[in-house]
Amino acid sequence: MTQPPGHVERTADRHEVPVEAAPGIAQSDTPTVAGASRALYAERVKIYPKEAHGRFRTAKWIVMAVTLGIYYLLPWLRWDRGPHLPDQAVLLDLPSRRFYFFFIEIWPQEFYYITGLLVLAALALFLVTSIAGRVWCGYTCPQTVWTDLMIAVERFWQGDRNARLRLDKDPWSLETLWRKSATHLSWLAIAVATGGAWVFYFADAPTLARQLLTFEAPAAAYLFVGLFTASTYVLGGIAREQVCTYMCPWPRIQGAMFDRDSLLISYRAWRGEPRGPHKSGQSWQGRGDCIDCRQCVAVCPAGIDIRDGPQLECIQCALCIDACDEIMDKVGRPRGLIAYDTVRNLDAGGTHTVPISVLRPRVVLYATAMAIVGVVMLTALVLRPDLDVNVLHDRNPLYVKLSDGGLRNGYTIKLLNKLYQPRSFSIGVAGLPGSQLSVIGHDQESPVVTVAPDQLQSLRLYVTLDKSAVAALPASSAAFSFVITDVGDHMAAEHRAAFQGPER
Amino acid sequence: MASKKSGRATETDTTGHEWDGITELNKPLPKWWLYVFYATIVWAVGYWLLMPAWPLVSSYTTGWLGYSQRVSVAEELDQAKAAKSGFRQQIAGSDLAAINADPELLSFALAGGEAAFGDNCAPCHGRGAQGAFGYPNLRDDSWLWGGSLDAIHQTIEHGIRADDPKTRISQMPAFGRMGLLNATQVNDVAEYVLSLSGRADDEAAARQGTKIFADNCSPCHSKDGKGNQTLGAPDLTDELWLYGGEKTTIAETIINSRNGVMPAWAGRLDPETIKELAIYVHSLGGGQ
Repeated sequence: MTQPPGHVERTADRHEVPVEAAPGIAQSDTPTVAGASRALYAERVKIYPKEAHGRFRTAKWIVMAVTLGIYYLLPWLRWDRGPHLPDQAVLLDLPSRRFYFFFIEIWPQEFYYITGLLVLAALALFLVTSIAGRVWCGYTCPQTVWTDLMIAVERFWQGDRNARLRLDKDPWSLETLWRKSATHLSWLAIAVATGGAWVFYFADAPTLARQLLTFEAPAAAYLFVGLFTASTYVLGGIAREQVCTYMCPWPRIQGAMFDRDSLLISYRAWRGEPRGPHKSGQSWQGRGDCIDCRQCVAVCPAGIDIRDGPQLECIQCALCIDACDEIMDKVGRPRGLIAYDTVRNLDAGGTHTVPISVLRPRVVLYATAMAIVGVVMLTALVLRPDLDVNVLHDRNPLYVKLSDGGLRNGYTIKLLNKLYQPRSFSIGVAGLPGSQLSVIGHDQESPVVTVAPDQLQSLRLYVTLDKSAVAALPASSAAFSFVITDVGDHMAAEHRAAFQGPER
Repeated sequence: MASKKSGRATETDTTGHEWDGITELNKPLPKWWLYVFYATIVWAVGYWLLMPAWPLVSSYTTGWLGYSQRVSVAEELDQAKAAKSGFRQQIAGSDLAAINADPELLSFALAGGEAAFGDNCAPCHGRGAQGAFGYPNLRDDSWLWGGSLDAIHQTIEHGIRADDPKTRISQMPAFGRMGLLNATQVNDVAEYVLSLSGRADDEAAARQGTKIFADNCSPCHSKDGKGNQTLGAPDLTDELWLYGGEKTTIAETIINSRNGVMPAWAGRLDPETIKELAIYVHSLGGGQ
């Protein structure tokens, strides 16, 4: 078996001279691990993130305000769809099986739009990850946003990092009690609001809000409010970074999407090392810019040291950049000791700048795939008909022979009126000479069917040919069309069907 | 977080496992994860006690809550029945024409009728009501006993030649077997019957058969052979034949007669279901 060169080197590190257990048998160099350090389960080390100030912190506040604002307020936005339909802009109406997104409305059989959206979202995630790493995790993931909010609340009641550390270290006092209680009550309030907002997406928000407050809402509403209250409180308030480190599969997948050109939050070791405290007036010659103040560690919500290099736990929230930039400003060194940088540029070690290459094959590939999916979805949306016709030919029996020797075929026809007003349609047959059409439950001569707004109407139809018309058919099966004409605007839709007779 | 002195992975604790120079690092699970595992074990024990769980030799542990899927299915069926009771009462209280004219009631009756048809009628008449040899096609426009809503309803309710005082009954004599007609006469009248739909091979025999038909057959099948629905006598002039329209099968029918039987469904199905069935059969295309 060929070994990579590194392997030999590492073994050589450990044993200068190979030890033989017996002549010709090399002793294994497996190190024994002391029992103490072999704990298979780790205590959680509580993290007390310090507040950061700077560009990225500001950006994160803005992202938080926008995303939470959308989440909490969107169900309250109204959208006029006429008198027959709900006026909520975004509504997932499960009982009547309609999804409303502003001017878009999705019927159950059009769920591919949602599939398309999910594909787009996945591709967007791949694209942004290959360009700039875990941007999703760092700024917009609900787990990050709510955790950030919960930490801010904690900071409001208990003070910043040092105050919180002291509060936990000191014995329980009345102050500890009220500060902690206030924190947890605030978390619960946020969690209830989160669960509450969730259910508003599935029913008319003002009505449901009134029902929830007067205890008249359906049990499912309370169940889901409770579920999302619990998950927000536990995941955002208590579990926090544990969710990202242990539960979420996405960090594992993302590792495969970075490459040497991805912009990742990195410590520029070539600039920072050798690190060490810097005394006032001391020269910066012969030493690194890192003064080992560990502010980057103090602000980290994942509790890691970015100077150790890229790590699984790092959600790339960029708060360490803010913390370090603040310190660099104070000590009078240029910003960017910790910065978004590529591995390629880091490897150059400051000797020259490797330009950022965004237009890499994988980026182009993701962007192209996104464009294709987007264009396909947009085309499908623009061409979405406001009347769908489905025709199902009876299969058992395929045809019925009549007493005069004629034939009759049965069809179930479904008219889907996707407009927001009732429409009447006349139904006719084209391309089948001598045919007679009858609709069960309607006038035999010229059937006119009214379909309620945004509804489906199912009809039973019979097409009959007399003996001479059957004899005139070119083959045992003949193609023809149902012509569905809107009585109001005379727009006609044709749907192809077949008339079946006995085998010839 | 695990304490790491530097970025070099090899300086992290290992589990002591090493294969070809690749060491397994000790990345311990968080303790709460372990506690979640213990919690699931506790949950399982609780579940065993509360819910049906362990199979025994001839039974099973039923659990303290006494939950049973059979019971809950029965409850749900009762609920479904209760949910339908409003419509079923309307069906019970309306005559067939009124049900047929009310779109909402009609669609309820059609759905119920289709289900009842599949359960009760399909074995003979076929899943699509297309019929079979000796079992009428319910979709065509030819009816032995009438294709109006009321006629269909009566047929379903009381059956044909069934054990029911109001059943539809008629009896065609076995002309050949009973010696009422000899072989030549059977041949002649069969030719005449064929001639009614313009298919006679032997015009002379058909002419001979005219008088035999008038004497023996026309009382039920009427003079022109168009049948009589009050007697269940089929139309012999059309193109539909329940037992086949070939000369041999027609002769067989004359010699041995035919006695199709349909059970009376009153007493087996409730009156609402029978109404639904009549509406459904009437909607299949042949309703008059």
